[in-house]
Amino acid sequence: MLRLDGVTKRYRVGTFGSRELVAVRDVSLEVRPGEVVALIGQSGSGKSTIGRMILHLTSVSEGTISFDGADIAGFKGSRLRAYYADVQGVFQDPFSSYNPIFRADRTLEVLRETWFPRLGERAWRDKVEAALEAVRLDPGQVLGKYPHQLSGGQLQRLLVARALLLDIRLLVADEIISMLDASTRIDVLNLLGDLKARGLGILFITHDLSLGNYLSDTAVILHRGQVVETGPAERVFARPQHPYTRSLLASVPHLHHKWERPAVPEPAGESG
Amino acid sequence: MSLRVDNLKVWYRTLRGEVRALDGVSFNVADGELVGLAGESGCGKSTLGKSLIRLDGRMRHVDGQVELDGKELPIWDGERMQGFRFKEVSIIPQYAMSAMNPTRKIGKLVAELLESRGERPAAVHDELLRRLALVGLEPEVLDRYPIELSGGMKQRMVMVISTLLNPSLLIADEVTSALDVSTQKAVAETLVGLRDRHVVKSTILITHDLSLVYQIADSIIVMYAGRLAERAPTDALVETPRHPYTRMLLAALPEVGVRFADRRLQGIPGSPPSLLDPPKGCRFRDRCPLAFAKCAEQPPFLEVAPDHFVACWKAF
Repeated sequence: MLRLDGVTKRYRVGTFGSRELVAVRDVSLEVRPGEVVALIGQSGSGKSTIGRMILHLTSVSEGTISFDGADIAGFKGSRLRAYYADVQGVFQDPFSSYNPIFRADRTLEVLRETWFPRLGERAWRDKVEAALEAVRLDPGQVLGKYPHQLSGGQLQRLLVARALLLDIRLLVADEIISMLDASTRIDVLNLLGDLKARGLGILFITHDLSLGNYLSDTAVILHRGQVVETGPAERVFARPQHPYTRSLLASVPHLHHKWERPAVPEPAGESG
Repeated sequence: MSLRVDNLKVWYRTLRGEVRALDGVSFNVADGELVGLAGESGCGKSTLGKSLIRLDGRMRHVDGQVELDGKELPIWDGERMQGFRFKEVSIIPQYAMSAMNPTRKIGKLVAELLESRGERPAAVHDELLRRLALVGLEPEVLDRYPIELSGGMKQRMVMVISTLLNPSLLIADEVTSALDVSTQKAVAETLVGLRDRHVVKSTILITHDLSLVYQIADSIIVMYAGRLAERAPTDALVETPRHPYTRMLLAALPEVGVRFADRRLQGIPGSPPSLLDPPKGCRFRDRCPLAFAKCAEQPPFLEVAPDHFVACWKAF
């Protein structure tokens, strides 16, 4: 469905763009229907840049991104709109994804104007309610409310519902749970799991390895813009091959298993 | 006894009435103890942290006392608290990333801060260099602007500044939440290092990440809706939790090797109650699978095992 072949992204940085920064180098990966691919990396690893390139928000410097075999680089106008009917993104900070002076459900209303201008009031409302039900939101609790009246989890689920209204086939989820509480996180993850069972392909971008493992079929570990390890998630998490993956996994805090405590050397001449 | 908090109530003034964000909280923190303070967003944990150092304009001290090293902390009196801040009580704020003045070089910023507290920067300079080395920063950072440092470096710089005058109590508010796993680990270990080297006496680490606090804390306090739900030594709290809320919080954490396809983890259904007009009795009642008639009465916070306190009728 989605395919990246040797994708590279260069930025010009410094005064007058005198220097070149390679944010993403020669990345290839594939997302199939009903598959969750976890793209894991630290800040600055280029993982969000990859998400933005897939969503056609940033151009590709080298290589190709193709969806159903068609290179997305040339998409514009109605072809791009058709692409967005299949591919949508949800980002890290739900609070900044809404305009605070409008009611939160306006974000759904905008979709209607663009994509379903001829849909009747009744049919639209049914569609909205079905989408809200899929993300387990009570329409009465969220419709007509302003963003500040809703919790982070509710806002984030509303954004997923917005993506679902379009009947998308691929969701780019960029750190969508890192701002949420542990209990809300699991709700959103379970929701993605249910959507996956319905055939949705998900690119799950995260720096949190423990959450990457819960849901994903394939793990792609990114370090300084390059893929250092990739494979079935269970294998990558249980038997990491690359030293970078191993060091990342060793830093993840787990319950019932404590980090090795470094011996604290007695300070010499510490005044205290 | 380093810190003693007794029946502390701090409410927020809003247009619709008073929000009882902190509603009768009592606990002690011993010398050298590192306490984790955990709970969902809006449970009052940051309010508790802020109350111990500075009430902002919307916050009102309603009741309760705080004692640090045997002296009363006048938390309701902003002026008198000035003598305690930085020297006795210090905080690493939630957004340490943006806590430093961007227009000052870091060295100048530190000097100005010290002078504002009546300290001579030259007298502390050697110690400042030692502290930088302790957290793995080069002395050259003092000649840099905050923007020239990475997120993890800024976080560690703020830790050095906050603890420079050896406060008795350090409050660390979500200091690791915005960091990558490896930086997170380094920052967490720095907190332990500050305690082990007696730079600070006791530390309260506020976080929603129980698996992180499990790594470094001596004991853990779990808050719910403005009250304490449970407090116990770290291992006891994680291995034998007594409050249903603690159990559900722990169950919602992904464990090593658990996968959606094999076993579906459960979140906590429902959401915390509004604290504008909190329900009577146990505030977790509506979301609790064990709730029964007795829960209409507020459970006391009782010791059920050595140093293990819980507020739940089912646990007594």
